[in-house]
Amino acid sequence: MAQKVAVLGAGLTKFMRRAKETGKELSFEAARKALEEANMDISEIDCVVMATAPDMFDGVHMKGDWLSDGAGAKRKPYMRSYVGGGSGVFAIIHGWYLVASGLFDTCLVVAEEKMSSTMPHPQGAFNAIYDQFLERPLGVNLLWIFSLEMMRYMHVHKIPLETIALVSVKNKKNGLDHPCTQKGIAGNYTVKDVLNSEVIAYPVHRLMVSPVTDAAAAIVITSEHEAKRRTDKPIWIEGVGWCLDTSYWTNRDLYYPKYVEYAARMAYEMAGIKDPRKEIHVVEPYDPFAYKELHHLEGLLLADKGEAPKLLEKGFWDRDTKDGIPSCPSGGLLGVGNPIAAAGLMKVIEIYLQLKGEAGKRQVRREVKRGLAQAWGDLMQVGTVVILSK
Amino acid sequence: MNVYIIGIGLSAPKKISPEVSFREMIYEAAEKAYLDAGIEPKDVDTFVSVSEDYEEGTAIFDEYVPDQLGAVLKPVHTICADGITGLASVFAQIKTGHFKIGVIEAHSKLSNIKHHFHVHAMALDPVYVRPLEVNPYFVAGLEMGMFLDSRGYDELDTAQVVAKNKANALLFGRSPFGSFISPEEVLLSQPVSDPLRELDIAPNADGACVIVIATEEIAKERKGDLIKIAGMGFAEFTPNIERWEGDADYLRIAAQKAYSMAGIRNPLNDIDFAEVDDTFSYKELQHLEALGLARFGESADLMREGFYDLSGELPVNTTGGNIGNGNLSLMNGLRAVYDAVLQLRGDAGNVQLENPETALIASWKGLPSSSGGVLILRREG
Repeated sequence: MAQKVAVLGAGLTKFMRRAKETGKELSFEAARKALEEANMDISEIDCVVMATAPDMFDGVHMKGDWLSDGAGAKRKPYMRSYVGGGSGVFAIIHGWYLVASGLFDTCLVVAEEKMSSTMPHPQGAFNAIYDQFLERPLGVNLLWIFSLEMMRYMHVHKIPLETIALVSVKNKKNGLDHPCTQKGIAGNYTVKDVLNSEVIAYPVHRLMVSPVTDAAAAIVITSEHEAKRRTDKPIWIEGVGWCLDTSYWTNRDLYYPKYVEYAARMAYEMAGIKDPRKEIHVVEPYDPFAYKELHHLEGLLLADKGEAPKLLEKGFWDRDTKDGIPSCPSGGLLGVGNPIAAAGLMKVIEIYLQLKGEAGKRQVRREVKRGLAQAWGDLMQVGTVVILSK
Repeated sequence: MNVYIIGIGLSAPKKISPEVSFREMIYEAAEKAYLDAGIEPKDVDTFVSVSEDYEEGTAIFDEYVPDQLGAVLKPVHTICADGITGLASVFAQIKTGHFKIGVIEAHSKLSNIKHHFHVHAMALDPVYVRPLEVNPYFVAGLEMGMFLDSRGYDELDTAQVVAKNKANALLFGRSPFGSFISPEEVLLSQPVSDPLRELDIAPNADGACVIVIATEEIAKERKGDLIKIAGMGFAEFTPNIERWEGDADYLRIAAQKAYSMAGIRNPLNDIDFAEVDDTFSYKELQHLEALGLARFGESADLMREGFYDLSGELPVNTTGGNIGNGNLSLMNGLRAVYDAVLQLRGDAGNVQLENPETALIASWKGLPSSSGGVLILRREG
């Protein structure tokens, strides 16, 4: 049966629009910080897991292999898992099953993204994620399809644009307190500022979209006996879940992310959680676009369908809420930056720090014993969920 | 907890496949594997697909995996590695006790790639190596030269590998690449990057393979042979080709883990046959030494003496390896697992060995990587 798995250390690089460091160097920096925090040496690591999104960004085929030595994987068991934007949270799931299986005792999980190598803009690379025959010739990019999904979500639940803008306001404010935040991303914005920002693909406005970012993140995870030997206060991985929906996104009703619900149910069941709204105390849903945070909170069953925006208006998701569930206390992708795979692991690290009580100015006001991080990706298709607890 | 292979399915390797899409090939392999395992796709708890975006010509390729596998709204993810490393990932998931049945899928549609060199070249370090504009086969030629020199082998030694594998493939009768050819004739083929020749290179092929693995409880409900995954390992050496030492250390490290898991002290005694990556002819010899199936510098002599022949003491690549079945890229390892299971079940036709019990399968991710995996299978009851 599965052995328990703990998180022992975490490391993040600064989030940057254009890092001078190579992807290998970013991976190295994050990995070194995570090992330092866990008070471990790379020689004590049994296996290494890498998460990084499209190879197109770096223009490197077999990008996982290329990054391996930067991540400390030379002469070690090493795997790269990949579920598009969901990869960052999937990375800890990947590490979890390698350790929980009893095959390895310690695992270094690294997530890296260097998007700035794509010139002029990484959005161009995203055309290659679409179906070669049916969609690519239309010249589609991500912003177009998310404008479709956002429109559908707003239409079904009659959500005003002003409410969606509130997500940007909340997260960009929270991001001010994150030490790694990308320059110029966080700030004290108003709903008016958000709605006055440039329309990119209606109803998506510029301040509702996360930026292009270079960064890396890393964590060290270990088996129960290694964790108990090394720390008095381990943070445990209680539940994991992931789910992939059909490739044919045009055939789905986009107003609700069923794949996120299925992934969440899998994680809740593993963690023995019956009522997530009571048992999850802090949450980091994936927020590459403002509406996605609300969309995902509903998929995670933390709000009824169409209710997340109303709770947002009441401050239920605020960082200093007393009776709500703080959502994206880190600032999320809108407030810290969106280095795709590294952004997902940044969310996991935020939950880890919140549970340890080491989130500094970002520490939520209510008591937290259990938290959840979630990421999403592919063609609005994959949900990845992890639940951590003290 | 023990884990078993309960179903295998293959869309057989072919040179080109204009009549089917990659999805249709995967569907064929999946349907056969589920039928073989006696399950429906809904019974599967977790799916893994191995792929690399550049070879698919599609970014975030896992998007296009679920439908043809029957995996919609199920746990599915990609591992960017060779098939054996992908299989190790499903194996680990089942070992956690949270999953009972897992599926691994790999495929190759290399015929869709117009200029394969260009794709390979993108895997070379963009700062230090790519500007040299070397053909990736040049990298293989360099490594081959280093390997031959360090052992005192010559090109006739590697040509033996080609002759053996092509003959096995012809006997087995599934692949378009089989032939009876002498080692001397191999040396007459076109030089590609000295000492590498055209026939030293496994020719590109298309295909798909799906393997179903499950817990002991599920496996024992079924009739027929039980094929246990007795050991597995996977490892990375270094992506910096200038640091390669010609010794395939990735397989040495992976094999240590696999042998210790399977309780194998002397692989030459304990293993009945092996499926070992031979994407380039010299790779088979190099890999045999890394796996401990020959001592340093002795694999070529053993090859010449017929030690690795079908009738030898340790038959290697009984169905023809990659040279005989075609280079199926990340699927190479799973094609070898498929063929090893046929051998263990006694279904290998003309190349069937006498009552084999333990098989070793070793794969390499392919040029210009230095990663691979090792799997030990054992037939029970």
